[in-house]
Amino acid sequence: MDFLYSVFIGPFIDMASAPDFLLQVLWEGFVAGTLYSLIALGFVLIFKASGVFNFAQGIMAVFAALTLVGLYEAGVPAYLALLITIGIMALLAVGVERLILRHMVNQDEIILFMATIGLSYFLIGLGELIFGGETKSMITEQLGLPTGSTTVDVAGGIVILQHIDIAAAVIAVIMVVALAVFFNITRIGRALRAVADDHQAALSVGISLNQIWAIVWFAAGIVALATGIMWGARSDVSFALQIVALKALPVLMLGGFTSIPGAIVGGLIVGFGEKLFEVYWGGLMGGGVEGWFAYVIALIFLLFRPQGLFGDKIIERV
Amino acid sequence: MFKKITMGAVAVTLAATLQVTSASAGESLYVPQLSYRTGPFAAGGTPIANGFGDYLAMINARDGGINGVPIKTDECETGYNSQKGVECYEATKGKGALVYNPYSTGITLQLIPKAPVDKIPVFSMGYGLSAAAVGEKFPWTFNYPATYWDQMSSIIKFIDSQDGGIKGKKIGFIYLDVGYGREPIPLLDILSKKMGFKVVKFPVGVKEMQSQSSQWLNVRKERPDWMIMWGWGAMNTTAIKEAAKIRYPMDHFIGNWWSGADVDLRPVGAAAKGYRSANMAASGADFPAIQDVLKYVVDKGKSQVKDRSEVGTVLYNRGLYNAVAVVEAIRAAQKLTGKKVIDGSDMRLGFENLDLSAERMKEIGLPNFALPIKGSCKNHGSGGAIFLQQWDGKKWVRTSDGITPMTDLVRAALVKAADKYVADKPGWQTQTCK
Amino acid sequence: MFYREAGQYKTSYKEDSAIFPILQDRIAIWFYLAVAFVIIPLFGSEFLINSVMIPFLVFALATIGLNILTGYTGQISLGHGAFMGVGAYSTYKLVTYFPDTNVVVLILLSGFFSAAVGMVFGLPSLKIKGFYLVVTTLAAQFFLEWAFIRIPWLYNYNDSGAIEVPQREVFNIIVTGPDASVLSRYFVVLSIVVVMTWIASNIIHGRIGRSWMMIRDMDIAAELIGVRPLFAKLSSFAVSSFYAGVAGALMVFLWLGAAEVESFDVNVSFQILFMVIIGGLGSLVGSFLGAAFIWILPIVIRAVPRIMGMDINASTVEQLNFMIVGALIVLFLIIEPHGLARMWAILKQKLRVWPFPY
Repeated sequence: MDFLYSVFIGPFIDMASAPDFLLQVLWEGFVAGTLYSLIALGFVLIFKASGVFNFAQGIMAVFAALTLVGLYEAGVPAYLALLITIGIMALLAVGVERLILRHMVNQDEIILFMATIGLSYFLIGLGELIFGGETKSMITEQLGLPTGSTTVDVAGGIVILQHIDIAAAVIAVIMVVALAVFFNITRIGRALRAVADDHQAALSVGISLNQIWAIVWFAAGIVALATGIMWGARSDVSFALQIVALKALPVLMLGGFTSIPGAIVGGLIVGFGEKLFEVYWGGLMGGGVEGWFAYVIALIFLLFRPQGLFGDKIIERV
Repeated sequence: MFKKITMGAVAVTLAATLQVTSASAGESLYVPQLSYRTGPFAAGGTPIANGFGDYLAMINARDGGINGVPIKTDECETGYNSQKGVECYEATKGKGALVYNPYSTGITLQLIPKAPVDKIPVFSMGYGLSAAAVGEKFPWTFNYPATYWDQMSSIIKFIDSQDGGIKGKKIGFIYLDVGYGREPIPLLDILSKKMGFKVVKFPVGVKEMQSQSSQWLNVRKERPDWMIMWGWGAMNTTAIKEAAKIRYPMDHFIGNWWSGADVDLRPVGAAAKGYRSANMAASGADFPAIQDVLKYVVDKGKSQVKDRSEVGTVLYNRGLYNAVAVVEAIRAAQKLTGKKVIDGSDMRLGFENLDLSAERMKEIGLPNFALPIKGSCKNHGSGGAIFLQQWDGKKWVRTSDGITPMTDLVRAALVKAADKYVADKPGWQTQTCK
Repeated sequence: MFYREAGQYKTSYKEDSAIFPILQDRIAIWFYLAVAFVIIPLFGSEFLINSVMIPFLVFALATIGLNILTGYTGQISLGHGAFMGVGAYSTYKLVTYFPDTNVVVLILLSGFFSAAVGMVFGLPSLKIKGFYLVVTTLAAQFFLEWAFIRIPWLYNYNDSGAIEVPQREVFNIIVTGPDASVLSRYFVVLSIVVVMTWIASNIIHGRIGRSWMMIRDMDIAAELIGVRPLFAKLSSFAVSSFYAGVAGALMVFLWLGAAEVESFDVNVSFQILFMVIIGGLGSLVGSFLGAAFIWILPIVIRAVPRIMGMDINASTVEQLNFMIVGALIVLFLIIEPHGLARMWAILKQKLRVWPFPY
């Protein structure tokens, strides 16, 4: 009876009795959710255009952030370092296309997936070789990102809003809008959607697959950079950060691998869900349930919608 | 193909073994160094490895070794991974290794049962299995200067001395959810019953190290009076940042000695002012021995430190202190056995007779560097030598004298745990102490 | 020329459907077994046996397990690291409750526990396919990792949270625990791996194996001609996890000697998947080749600078190691996406037609 109470009633009483705290939990869920969405966005971009499930997205974020901080520490002014980092992400994109993707046209999905894991091993080694394994702090202030926090009085309590979290949410929104515009209005964007629909048909109307892949990887690189900066500002830049990227996988499952709005909604569901569950129910199970909770939500969703919330419907032909 | 690969590997490994056997044929003291400069915990592993290696290099450069016998080291990268750690152990143990400093509780757990078989002591300095400090049950394992349980009891003792005692208070324990972080929980549970305080636990999985907002939301919900942290690597910075975020009073937040490095606090800076952590060795480079390290090793470019300023940081000095203990144990072993080149069994005796008294530390050139360690057959944890330091916004300041652990209570609990460990191992080697 | 079946006539169906229909193959397999059972124990150093051969065999067994699922049934799993963990923890519990039972029997029994767990987490595969399934198996991975930490009963309430292998004897020879000799552990691992490989080969070539392959090639078509997907997929998950579980038990009991959750984390799952892909999907030989490649290559790379007498920091070697392994994986996938097993087959074909080009 006690157990049932603590599962079905207790948490809601907790929520109602401390509304300020509930708001704080929701806010944390929202921030975590936008950041998950940002990582998931990088996955979706690449998957849509090339059918590659890019496992290296997480390490790309770490690599981009490390390059940025490393350049700054070497004496390059912050904004110039940012530009150079973007340049390096472009080089990486071209390199991946030239050295890997181009040679793997028509391979199985799983083989391409494995190749990106190979790529992430390579980037881990390279990143540590160049920048060393030390934890670095993100150059938040130098990039003009806000620090500090605001306290809002709500319902007899306080909610603390970190400025960097607000900035993260704003940047995530800007990135999504920019990508949506890019996909829908520009010529390259249309070509990209064509490739996503049908590789061969796109080729036959004169769209260069290689060019498109390089562009998509570059876009994913920029998303990775944004992710790296935001996570780096929240905690720190270290190789442990790549593990956070695994959180994007349940987000993808929820949203569908090919849908940009799906990545956003999925990210928010996971963000809200796991914070609420961990804070109000996690204690029942000894805590630390966050590690798998997102996967389980996603699994349950999938049983009803195997292609995710927004994914393309799976049509099987014999 | 498979045969080719295996044969290739066989050839390479054989060649490697041969190579090293011929090299170690000359008189030397072989101290393999398991280190991690890669992987998620590299930020902590690197300065420790540097401090350890640099001190041994300094002894070789300045004194030509210990009593004339040069020390030979061999760094093996573990990446904080148990499997790689065991591989390192297997690859180096045949070369006359004197002692292993695994620098990971996970690897230590793997090596403890191997130590008596291979007759090479394991020295886990301030980490590893707490129960291993019971010398009668674990003749081959050493835990100087103190076990995690000693440390926890010291921290609790400190809290008890503040704000009118610990009775009736709520203590939050945030820990890295691996063997290392869970290690002190049994003692914490014993103490909470005995001293009448409440414990709330906040586990942080390795995957959540850098996203701890849920844990700290829970902290905000539970409102503990004090927070104790058993963290490592990227977890520390994130935890302190999150604590600052929820405006947890920093001077009621205490880390153990793996949660108080310069690299952990610098990124937080002034926001972490007041945060305390335990420590065993002083920071700073104003010691004659450390000046020698700078002179003979670092300035000659023989060190792997990136920057001269790394020398004297908390973790660098800890690695160095570890090397001091190893060197002194070798000296003790040489004196006891009368041999110049010793083996693992001699080294074990050396550790049991280790005496890092204040005078001895002064002779070495490290006055007031650390609180004394006195080894014995019975007590492989020494059980002392813990002090607290506090972050002033820019650097660490030592704020307390040695806080002796609740020795009797801890010892009793340790003996119980040691008995349990040994219980299902029929052939386990024990010893009787006078 | 060297590898020809000419003149080897089959006079019965039994001979025709033998696992090794060609004489040269039979000679080769006896040769490998002789090397493994006689030459290596006689001449191998302790390091070779303990840190190269035993882990290689353990991973080969796990790879066979995953290959059954991924290579033969077409279901990708990133949960096999955790399934290995299930085997290890259940062996630990069994050894605690039945201290006098032969430990080898208990190790094999533990496979049934991981098979059961594997089947539960295999249920979504009936509905979910492709990469979505990858992520559901990751759910298994993370949930089990959490369970290994949170359920202290699993590690007998040890303070360290680790499982420590007690000493056990088989026919009066110590095979587990710190006092077990390297050779005794090696022989136990080797025997189990050889027998289980032989069994796997028989299952795969039999009726069940063929139904798996039909599901892999096209599940709807397979269903139409009478293969039950429920039975085929779940049996594949069960057999696959059984192998993973036994491999996990061997890993802890006969190789590491003690283990924390870390030994079964998601990186292990990735490592095994690498072994499957590099070795070759749907090939038993490939499982051994892949395990050898992924396990032994880094050891060789680590040893190279020491032999060449180069003065490189251990950490730099490790970083280069990551880069080289990563680059080689990509290179392999580009050159031969069907893995080492395909290369092996090409080599055999070349030997057959030599000295003619075809």
